[in-house]
Amino acid sequence: MIDTTTLWREAPHASAEGIAISGIGTEGASNGSQLVVGLVPDFSKPVDAKKGRDMSDLKRTGLYDLHVELGAKMVPFAGYEMPVQYPLGVMKEHIHTRTSAGLFDVSHMGQVLLRPISGNVSDAALALETLVPVSLLALKEGRQRYAMFTNDAGGITDDLMVANRGDHLFVVVNAACKGADIAHMQANLSDSCDIEIIEDRALLALQGPLAEAALAAIALVADMKFMDVAVVASAFGDLWVSRSGYSGEDGYEVSVANDQAAAFARALLATDGVEPIGLGARDSLRLEAGLCLYGNDIDETTSPVEGAIEWAIQKVRRTGGERAGGFPGADRILSELENGASRRRIGILPDGRAPMRAHTMLFADETSDAAIGEITSGAFGPTIERPMSMGYVTTEFATTGTTIYAEVRGKRLPATVADMPFRPSTYKR
Amino acid sequence: MKFTEEHEWLRIEGDLVVVGITEHAAEQLGDVVFIELPDTDQEVAKDDEVVVIESVKAASDILAPIDGEIVEVNAMLVDEPGKVNDDPQGEAWFIKMKPADLSQMDEMMDEAAYKKFIG
Repeated sequence: MIDTTTLWREAPHASAEGIAISGIGTEGASNGSQLVVGLVPDFSKPVDAKKGRDMSDLKRTGLYDLHVELGAKMVPFAGYEMPVQYPLGVMKEHIHTRTSAGLFDVSHMGQVLLRPISGNVSDAALALETLVPVSLLALKEGRQRYAMFTNDAGGITDDLMVANRGDHLFVVVNAACKGADIAHMQANLSDSCDIEIIEDRALLALQGPLAEAALAAIALVADMKFMDVAVVASAFGDLWVSRSGYSGEDGYEVSVANDQAAAFARALLATDGVEPIGLGARDSLRLEAGLCLYGNDIDETTSPVEGAIEWAIQKVRRTGGERAGGFPGADRILSELENGASRRRIGILPDGRAPMRAHTMLFADETSDAAIGEITSGAFGPTIERPMSMGYVTTEFATTGTTIYAEVRGKRLPATVADMPFRPSTYKR
Repeated sequence: MKFTEEHEWLRIEGDLVVVGITEHAAEQLGDVVFIELPDTDQEVAKDDEVVVIESVKAASDILAPIDGEIVEVNAMLVDEPGKVNDDPQGEAWFIKMKPADLSQMDEMMDEAAYKKFIG
């Protein structure tokens, strides 16, 4: 039968800016183990706000009414009722974002300001450097950088974006992790920073080739480059804009006051070529772009080197660097940066047409008993028009071009280790 | 046409029974991206898994709705799985079965009952 209990599953937890739906979880459910929470439409009980599951404990973003008005299918996600898709459907929403522009509500993510008590932003940067293996002192005003919180074992407890806004840092963390992240920052940064949790602003992402034209009609953003940040005046009040996103497309993320968020979203949606996009397409977009979903592809058991995100660790924080170490798990992470890790996150392209989903086991050949790894995200890529996955394998199998086998419904199906992104990104550098 | 609680439809065509999934099921599944069809000329029992269908959301098994022999599969769907979304109750049938006992269909829902079932 069509087991509707697996139609939309929540992923373990959240991703940075991330999102997703893998196999189909989305950015974040609870912190913790590998659960697959059934959030799932039962065919006989369509999932929406009116009937179906109990959504009473869930929070809503400032755009909830707009989502419902636009015909979104709302699902629980990281403690919020979020749109998983609109009437266009996941496949068309994905393609629309790549060819025109898509508007995403990511207001469930955590927005936090770190204001240095000294008034000197480098003190906030140095303080936050004790929690992440990334150089923040070198982060210039008006620029943003990807980072990850690590634990003493060298695992990743969340990934995040950090922006230097002149006299303070602006941090965006995953929805499902934000409580823990905020507590972590409060416990460790309070001596040097005032930690301001932003509760009165929505966060929207506008992604795709028409994003610049659509947002430039509202605010002066056309000259921004990838990972630039700016506070820009508009008819909807000050917009906190970054030229970034999580789709592999050029585009922006915009923080806007809650009481202006719906009007701002409507203005964008009234622009030619802008459609609302749900979490479903957000997941296939980020997977085509090779981006990790926190909770699926990286988590507290994976190190930055295993997770193949060590590119975010600048030389100055590595062995021999001026500010080497000094973050949780530095012993392991610095050692892995020198010597490699025993397993590695890789891209995987199935040779056939069957999607290889999260938790599918990977093998060296068609017969061996011992697995060499496991898929952590897998879906059909609407733009590349083929299935795609990412996962971990022991390092000897991590070379691009290696043939590996995934066990799908009891059969070993061949797949090839592939470079990511699966679809080249179009960031405006 | 008859309907099951598993959202399949069955249509009698000569001495064969054609099986597919309903419009409601196709809509709930979302865009279908992969279909694995069974071998023909095999006997199956009711509730055997016969077809795998994967959408952008998830993988689902389609179970044989009756006992019988699978005599034909709709091979076109392998190359064009999206047909299941376009025309689930017409062109995008999955299998044709030679029924072992047609009376197994007697208890199934007619269209009106199915519509009521899905609310």
